[in-house]
Amino acid sequence: MTTTPTTTPTSTSTSIPEEWKFTARDIALKPDLFLSGHRACAGCGPATVLRLVMKALRGPTIVTQATGCMEIVGSIYPYTSWGLPWLHTAFENAAANASGIEAAIKALSKKGKLKQEHIDVIAIAGDGGTYDIGLQALSGAIERDHDFLFILYDNEGYMNTGIQRSGGTPTGASTTTTPAGKIIPGKLEKKKPITDIVLAHDIEYAATATPYYWKDMMTKVRKGLEVKGPAFLHIFAPCPRGWRTEPSKTMSYSKLSVETCTFPIWEAINGKRTLSTPSKMYSLSPQKKKPITNYLEGQGRFRHLFKPENKHIIDQIQQVTDTNWQKLLKQCETTT
Amino acid sequence: MSKQQHEKGWKDLALAAVSPKASTEFLTGDWKTFMPVNDVEKCVGCLICVMLCPEGAARGCSEQGKVVFDLNFCKGCGICANECPAKALTMRMPEKDEEGV
Repeated sequence: MTTTPTTTPTSTSTSIPEEWKFTARDIALKPDLFLSGHRACAGCGPATVLRLVMKALRGPTIVTQATGCMEIVGSIYPYTSWGLPWLHTAFENAAANASGIEAAIKALSKKGKLKQEHIDVIAIAGDGGTYDIGLQALSGAIERDHDFLFILYDNEGYMNTGIQRSGGTPTGASTTTTPAGKIIPGKLEKKKPITDIVLAHDIEYAATATPYYWKDMMTKVRKGLEVKGPAFLHIFAPCPRGWRTEPSKTMSYSKLSVETCTFPIWEAINGKRTLSTPSKMYSLSPQKKKPITNYLEGQGRFRHLFKPENKHIIDQIQQVTDTNWQKLLKQCETTT
Repeated sequence: MSKQQHEKGWKDLALAAVSPKASTEFLTGDWKTFMPVNDVEKCVGCLICVMLCPEGAARGCSEQGKVVFDLNFCKGCGICANECPAKALTMRMPEKDEEGV
């Protein structure tokens, strides 16, 4: 029930330290803090994310989690999958809860009642708990400058309650509240640019990641923890149940999202955006970038787009993806 | 209600709802249809399956640096076999009365 620090925390420095060095073997031998025996579906992307995130911790940590898939599967009574202090909270206030925990830690250490030198606080929420319901709590917590890391695992819908659309659902996806049929071809609206919204708060560290590039993802978690102040991490986690894909292909879609530039991975330190290595490859050699159809085909939620009458939606998605990618490239150029 | 029971206040309650058991006591191995089989000859010990397994069922290494599976938790999703760069992992139907199924 304790976390083992691998390096000494450098909580006093506000600058982000050099790369955290680790090998696959170190990670494999580290005990899990998100334990086996959780009740997630076979091939769950977010479960992989949480396992890996919990292996990137640097010391004593408290986790608070909003309602969502990963909260449910990890805490079905009388079992718990959490090997560290964990608090469940309502859908809307993961960030507010994290602020409270952080304030309590501050108050206790001021009174000298705390044995530990520093305790990290992590708030975890799904895309429903961040894009839609938890946005004001997140915005408030960032504005109040609490020292915590907010992790958003984005599976593009309310998968836990029966695959409803969320602010994170992409255009054209069929969900139970935007069913594809004669009237609408899936969701008509765009995906909300959540990381841009968070970056607009002048946050010190914000990044996007995806579990296929696990080394990149874990380094970003560690960097987010090292920051003194709020940090935000947007992790793209495919959901085989909601996306109606093969469970074995979960990580393939995680990889394809980067290869097609649907979900480019980058990080912003003090507002300076830089592309991470996997995405950088597609900026240096654009001919390697794959067409969006590679990503869309095989996903049951986009199946209707391959009908002849919906062909224009694929073109539209490709166009929007290209525009967003060019926009991101420009932002990376101008700010570095 | 007796007086003693009536006087029990909020300070006497437990601090929080506590889940008394670790989920490692709940075996999810019987969910699967297919089980991963590691060809030790081909396995290069890159540990990618250990990283990408959602269950933590692919874990640790044997003495030769090869991956060992805990079939008590494997749900048979097949991510490991799909991502294995050496093609050492295959998914197959378990035999009757096979261990860990």
